[in-house]
Amino acid sequence: MTTTVAAVSEETGTPYTLSHLDSLESEAVHIFREVAGEFERPVILFSGGKDSIVMLHLALKAFAPAAIPFTLLHVDTGHNFPEVLEYRDRTVARHGLRLHVASVQDYIDRGVLRERPDGTRNPLQTVPLTERIQAEKFDAVFGGGRRDEEKARAKERVFSLRDEFSQWDPRRQRPELWNLYNGRHAPGEHVRVFPLSNWTELDVWQYIAREGIELPEIYFAHEREVFMRAGMWLTAGEWGGPKDGETVEKRQVRYRTVGDMSCTGAVDSDATTLDAVITEIAASRLTERGATRADDKMSEAAMEDRKREGYF
Amino acid sequence: MSTTTELTETTLLRFATAGSVDDGKSTLVGRLLHDSKSVLTDQLEAVERASASRGQEGPDLALLTDGLRAEREQGITIDVAYRYFATAKRRFILADTPGHVQYTRNMVTGASTAELTVILVDARNGVVEQTRRHAAIAALLRVPHVVLAVNKMDLVGYEETVFAAIAEEFTAYASELGVPEITSIPISALAGDNVVEPSANMDWYGGPTFLEHLESVPVAHDLAHCHARLPVQFVIRPQTAEHPDYRGYAGQIAAGTFRVGDSVTVLPSGRTTKVTGIDLLGKPVAAAWTPQSVTLLLEDDIDISRGDLLVPTKDAPATTQDIEATVCHVADQPLTVGHRVLLKHGTRTVKAIVKDIPSRLTLDDLSLHPHPGQLVANDIGRVKIRTAEALPVDSYADSRRTGSFILIDPADGTTLTAGMVGESFASPEPVKDESEDDGWDF
Repeated sequence: MTTTVAAVSEETGTPYTLSHLDSLESEAVHIFREVAGEFERPVILFSGGKDSIVMLHLALKAFAPAAIPFTLLHVDTGHNFPEVLEYRDRTVARHGLRLHVASVQDYIDRGVLRERPDGTRNPLQTVPLTERIQAEKFDAVFGGGRRDEEKARAKERVFSLRDEFSQWDPRRQRPELWNLYNGRHAPGEHVRVFPLSNWTELDVWQYIAREGIELPEIYFAHEREVFMRAGMWLTAGEWGGPKDGETVEKRQVRYRTVGDMSCTGAVDSDATTLDAVITEIAASRLTERGATRADDKMSEAAMEDRKREGYF
Repeated sequence: MSTTTELTETTLLRFATAGSVDDGKSTLVGRLLHDSKSVLTDQLEAVERASASRGQEGPDLALLTDGLRAEREQGITIDVAYRYFATAKRRFILADTPGHVQYTRNMVTGASTAELTVILVDARNGVVEQTRRHAAIAALLRVPHVVLAVNKMDLVGYEETVFAAIAEEFTAYASELGVPEITSIPISALAGDNVVEPSANMDWYGGPTFLEHLESVPVAHDLAHCHARLPVQFVIRPQTAEHPDYRGYAGQIAAGTFRVGDSVTVLPSGRTTKVTGIDLLGKPVAAAWTPQSVTLLLEDDIDISRGDLLVPTKDAPATTQDIEATVCHVADQPLTVGHRVLLKHGTRTVKAIVKDIPSRLTLDDLSLHPHPGQLVANDIGRVKIRTAEALPVDSYADSRRTGSFILIDPADGTTLTAGMVGESFASPEPVKDESEDDGWDF
């Protein structure tokens, strides 16, 4: 597959065409470099999920052959998949990066946060995330959010200002003109930065395939003990499942997103390779979040409401 | 669905829509997403659920695009949203912009990155004030391709004469404004005529469907006559054992092409050197062009930092501290003469002062209102700005990237104004600003 010079355009006879992946890559790299040039203490949110893995890959390319001028931050819900944590630590070590971990379990143990009745920990991430941002004085926080994920995210800017309480006010966003990103902020405020804004799920997978990026194994079909809750296959575990009336069975599944085990569902799949995964996604009639995220189904504006509070 | 074709790399078209409140923009966007199979089952179910809970009979496709609580509550679109869809031939990023006149700034925002703008008109009403406003903004922003979508053809009996008259009137008007390419397509978004599928009701129309046109419009840059420009974003210096002397100037090429061996000048300092290497994200290449993100390696170790502009020595822009521009004011607080602001141009942000606001454009008839004293939200006008340092600006007509800038409020960081350097489009009947000898030529 060509990566730099696409075929000569038939309409214009000019060779100066970029493929869509090259256009998206170039734009994302521009965003990383703008942040490196304009901010004092940027950090990349890194969960070991595919979007943050692609962000890290883009950041490595943006500053090559130098090191990435950013640290990483992971908000650990305490219910993460062990394979993903293993991948996270291995990646951090391989690139000689510095990783901050903000732990939801710590907050629960200290009595600052309380476990929800449904056991879902995703919404509990907001406090550890925002407190760590304030404590470390991070002024730019990269997130892997994509506008295609959800309709509130479709309204998100590439550079998105958060106030001193880390809140998002969608009605008071700065217009973004050309590629002139405005990163001005007052002390205590920070900017969330989304280099993958214009990518879709399929773009991310095509890029992973093109670049040969390694992923945690749970993205590929494997046998796993799961049980059905609210229409999703959840992984059995100490986090709180299965409960009475829920039965565990062994199925061949894979994950489309990686998040807290309590609210991230697996899909039935026999896709064991990148090509098979891409074929499966291209044919799927469900969105990534619609298929596998319980927390977005809580209300029509669940994502908007969480983002307003500081969720990423 | 065929997957083999979807899995190859395609090209990317960024386009924006513009249309008045009731001319069917949401229906067109909904139809495009729906018929190109970009609306997935769970999204459609969510829309059906929400529509039913509001007591609506069918699914309201506008709910697909109105993402915020306030938008759903009020049933209007208040902000630009970006949509994504793909066909076998191309990937699309749609900037979906609200149609209300008070949201001119949103159309400007959407059009600033668009290679194509769709202007929707209702076939029953033809070209109206709002259509002229949208054409003026597309011309002002120099969007390369404009599509006039004459919608609701089903309500005028699919009459060729109705379409032809509207297309002719619009083309004459937009051409005078300097819109380079106009394609008119008769459609019915509601019935699906000529949106994705060719219409059986309009045999007289021999052109492409709306989607076919989107799939085939050129996105490649014709760089033969372009000035090459690289705003330096970041200096890459690994200082490692492996790369002790590597010093690269990283940035996204804003215009034109750079080749190894080119003689380049650094602005504003004016020092000259030679390109000895180009790294395209870690790989050496012989040439690179807009909009690639690259790192240039230069022969001499001269002082270059973020904010500098690298240009071919034989084709350097003049630097100036006095900028004259057409602007669109995008903030709620007004822009006034004497206002102290920050100006971001490329990768450089400098202090600036608004010296004069010679005129404001009335979009309804493109007449000029001399010396308005201030510009308020959504106003388009001419301004004169003095910058604290000299900037290498191009005319926006020559380069959308290096001819554009934003003004920022230094107190709270608000993005105030979008600016386009140099002359703007010609008014159909130029109205001279009589209070000045050199009346601004819109």
